[in-house]
Amino acid sequence: MKILVAIKQVPGRDSELRVRPDGKWVEEGGLEFAINEPDAYALEAALELRDGSENGEVVALCAGPERVSTTIREALAKGADRAIHVEVNDIEEWDSLAVARVLSAAAKAEGADLVLTGLQSDDLGAGQTGVVVAELLGWPHATIIMQVENEEGAVKVKRELEDGYFQWVKMPRPAVLTIQSGIKKLRYATLMGIKKAKGKEVKLVTPEDLGVQREAAYEVVRVAMPERVKQTVLLEGAGAAAELVERLKTEARAL
Amino acid sequence: MSVVVVVLETGHKLSREALSREAVAAGQFLAGELGLGCVAVDPAALSADCAKYTADGYTAALEVFLKSAGAKVVVFPHTYQVRDFAPKLAARFGRALVSDVTKLRVEGGEVRATRQLFQGKLTAELRPLGEPVFLSMQAGAFAPVGEVEAAVVAPVAIDRAAIRQQPEAPFRESQRAVDLSAAQTIVSVGRGIGEQENLKLIEELAEALGAEIAASRPICDNGWLPMERQVGSSGQTVAPKLYVAVGLSGAIQHLVGMKGAKTIVAINKDPNAPIFEVADYGIVGDLFEVVPELTKAVRAAKG
Repeated sequence: MKILVAIKQVPGRDSELRVRPDGKWVEEGGLEFAINEPDAYALEAALELRDGSENGEVVALCAGPERVSTTIREALAKGADRAIHVEVNDIEEWDSLAVARVLSAAAKAEGADLVLTGLQSDDLGAGQTGVVVAELLGWPHATIIMQVENEEGAVKVKRELEDGYFQWVKMPRPAVLTIQSGIKKLRYATLMGIKKAKGKEVKLVTPEDLGVQREAAYEVVRVAMPERVKQTVLLEGAGAAAELVERLKTEARAL
Repeated sequence: MSVVVVVLETGHKLSREALSREAVAAGQFLAGELGLGCVAVDPAALSADCAKYTADGYTAALEVFLKSAGAKVVVFPHTYQVRDFAPKLAARFGRALVSDVTKLRVEGGEVRATRQLFQGKLTAELRPLGEPVFLSMQAGAFAPVGEVEAAVVAPVAIDRAAIRQQPEAPFRESQRAVDLSAAQTIVSVGRGIGEQENLKLIEELAEALGAEIAASRPICDNGWLPMERQVGSSGQTVAPKLYVAVGLSGAIQHLVGMKGAKTIVAINKDPNAPIFEVADYGIVGDLFEVVPELTKAVRAAKG
């Protein structure tokens, strides 16, 4: 069983974000990057599926500039067998459809039984890369997956619905699954894993190699700080807690 | 003929009916601005093969319908079901779904859609290129219309063999022991709490306030609190008199579950955390200092 895991590198969750002067994206200088957390869960699910199957292989697939090699190394250190790095130097200019085009082309060239990815990214948050990759590959898919059971030539998955509901769905392989965060406990890379990762293969390809050109599905007009919906009363300093209680009592009548 | 098509969510009846009515309001707004007609369609009514939801079935049926209707804009409510098939449908037309839209306007006959980036820390206004334009509307972007009348549509023919997903009936794991929807006061905790042992601080504050404890998804994912205490799009929707959000950044998935609270208090060290956008009162500071002080002040006030 060969499992491809599409992972993305995103600015870390605690990043201080500044809008770029042209208003089209954020300043990337000075940002620390990390694996998109939902993708870390997809990787974890892939590693467990591999370990539970014979002749399993996990291949990490990541598109982005040189900086993403740290995230690829981390995936290899956690146990991915090898990786494909699609070198896209201007990844911030690629929208979800364009990225899905390049990922699906790479997946098609590689071939796989399953493609796993996180349900959404922490930066764009469009939540559609996996679904679109499936469409472009012509494979079935399911989203927001909590559990994966392998069957003969098929996969049975537990989808999370809203309002506390779940649903089992079966579909033939190959298939694409988007994995819900929290599906498993994330493993740490061991020292041995980090050492081993250095010897693992990272295949470099370019969009041109894959026959993909960037085409925009939308234009970014303006990135901005959000407008405040409410006038928030901000309290600070030593007396803040006491003042809050006083205001909750008298002003908001919430106590 | 060209129209704005609103795709309703039906089939599996959840608490998402209001979202469909908000999507209709968005569709009617765009139709008015663009000088087009607006039709609402229930995918389940398009084909006998759509009686049960599958991504393949809905995509195939809507593809046929949108082409025959001459759809220029397609509007969805942003639900889990829509997330499962709408990106696929848009890709089939060579388009990207602009998801989670919080604001719409029309400029020079073109749609401009605003959505969040970085979990609400920033917003982006986008200009979708090409038609049809595919949009999914986040909860609360438009006031819902009162009633929705789905268009009466002729059934469309789809290839049953193209439906590869075999769904079983939706189920709930267990009866919910905790019903947060009736709680008058809720103290809710997010990632900022750092470690499970620190939840003691939250318990003390909740006890002083006589509040139920709730959490954002990551806390429940870690197993620090049971899943049934999760508030947000995958958890419960609450509307207490007082909602105290501690160390909780306010990702949109959480906000949709609690923004109906009458008074919202946020305690967070990051002044740019999106939770402050919906908060009535905020304390910017270290929760490990602020929460014990607040507990003390509440106890004193309640005497």
